[in-house]
Amino acid sequence: MTRPPDPGPARRLEVLRAGALTTVQDQGRPGWAHLGVPRSGALDPAALRLANRLVGNPEDAAGLEVTLTGCTLRLTRAGTVALTGADADVWIGDGRLGDGRTGDPHTGDPHTGDARRTGPRPHLGDRPGDVGRPLAVPAGATVRIGPARTGLRTWLAVAGGIAVPPVLGSRSTDTLSGLGPPPLRDGDVLPLGDPAGDPAPVDVTVGRPAPPLLRLRLRLGPRDDWFTPAALDRLLGTPYTVSPVSNRVGARLTGVPLPRAIAGELPSEGLVLGAVQVPADGQPLIFLADHPTTGGYPVVGVVDDVTPLAQARPGTTVTFHGPQR
Amino acid sequence: MRIRPVGAHALLLDCDDTDQVEAWRAELTRRRAAGELTAVEIVPAARTVLLDGVPDPDRAATLVAHWTPYPADPGGSAGDTPAAGTTPTGGTPPAEVEVPVTYDGADLPVVAGHWGVDVPEVIARLTGTPFRVAFCGFAPGFAYLTGLPPEWAVPRLATPRPRVPAGSVALAGPYAGIYPGASPGGWLLVGRTGLTLFDVTVDPPARLAPGTRVRLAATA
Repeated sequence: MTRPPDPGPARRLEVLRAGALTTVQDQGRPGWAHLGVPRSGALDPAALRLANRLVGNPEDAAGLEVTLTGCTLRLTRAGTVALTGADADVWIGDGRLGDGRTGDPHTGDPHTGDARRTGPRPHLGDRPGDVGRPLAVPAGATVRIGPARTGLRTWLAVAGGIAVPPVLGSRSTDTLSGLGPPPLRDGDVLPLGDPAGDPAPVDVTVGRPAPPLLRLRLRLGPRDDWFTPAALDRLLGTPYTVSPVSNRVGARLTGVPLPRAIAGELPSEGLVLGAVQVPADGQPLIFLADHPTTGGYPVVGVVDDVTPLAQARPGTTVTFHGPQR
Repeated sequence: MRIRPVGAHALLLDCDDTDQVEAWRAELTRRRAAGELTAVEIVPAARTVLLDGVPDPDRAATLVAHWTPYPADPGGSAGDTPAAGTTPTGGTPPAEVEVPVTYDGADLPVVAGHWGVDVPEVIARLTGTPFRVAFCGFAPGFAYLTGLPPEWAVPRLATPRPRVPAGSVALAGPYAGIYPGASPGGWLLVGRTGLTLFDVTVDPPARLAPGTRVRLAATA
């Protein structure tokens, strides 16, 4: 991955605290799978489109996907931001901390604990904001996003969009192939585009709380015949648990293993978003945005809508249902 | 060829062999360019062609069932079909790519052992084989090259190397491949090339797109 060049003294987004995993995302780079290039893009594309509408951007503009622990940013010029996805504390500050320093404590605050663990606290001059609304940010002001209250991921759009150079038509960070900008680090500076238009006057920002149990609609195939009837009964009749090793590539599940009817090796074949692949250990994996373009384990079925998995914390219970049951 | 449904917006064409895969890849790409098929992705693989981003898979399956692809010419000259666009922007693969290879790979003696020949014969066979890109995967621009007879298939390393340098030319199973970037890898290394295989500033970004014919020529 190549880091974006310094855009110079212009409309910029400074990364004071990058958090656990904050990446640039847009609607991804479809159309290149035959060359081994994954789709990538926001794990909940509709949530990022909504955030873009709220700040007056085209829906396909690039924003940030903020994972679990939040992040702290600063706008060099006045602008509008909006957040969607997992609910979190948001504070718009004047760039000062209570002790007179600017920026965010990288080593933790002795009074409040490690900021990276507990998230930001209101600082002098801060005012609270909400997820799901356009927020006016003065020039030089900070935007502090706290940890997700429920769920995992929050999307942030900035008027003008994140203007890193597109790679194969997309600004998305692909954590599998390394295409696009690398995940944000403390001190990064991102260029912003010019605001395109007014924020949407009316929009629906119904929050999607992360339920403790996700019920996903599954269509069997293309390789359900590689599994025993008992395996398909288990898959559609047993709860699975989202594993902590899940990431943007896939949601790994743990539960009763799915026994094979065919023991051999499957020649590699093309993969789709939502494919439920079953490796040799029999534990299913649901492919998400950064999924590889081909895979060599049989896909027992495909989930219709993977966006709820963007908010599925480890330990979340997943059940599958389909037209068959 | 058998058509299998894949979720709500995709189809998998299950083919008999790699030549049928190439024939269908070329046919479907041509049909898409002609406006007869709507699909965001046409992804060939070892024995299948995936159509993804298909608005009406049932209708597409009916259409495909009525089409007959031109047979692929393995390693020959008929691989190029009219309007066989391989990129969203309409680029077409070159007729043949000659890859300059320095045959000094660490696993040449291992390959020679599997084939029951000496190292010069391994190099002669690799330089003399007309390869074709069957499909890409593993990493952007990593091409699986077919053309070696199945009886020359070699196993992967029991323990993958943690880092294989970019440009490494390697064998695994019935395939040859070239690592576009440095990565871990378990294929048997036979040589290296300085050719850039994946460059996002070029259209198409992959030098070795599916269908491209390839020669692994020995450099002096």
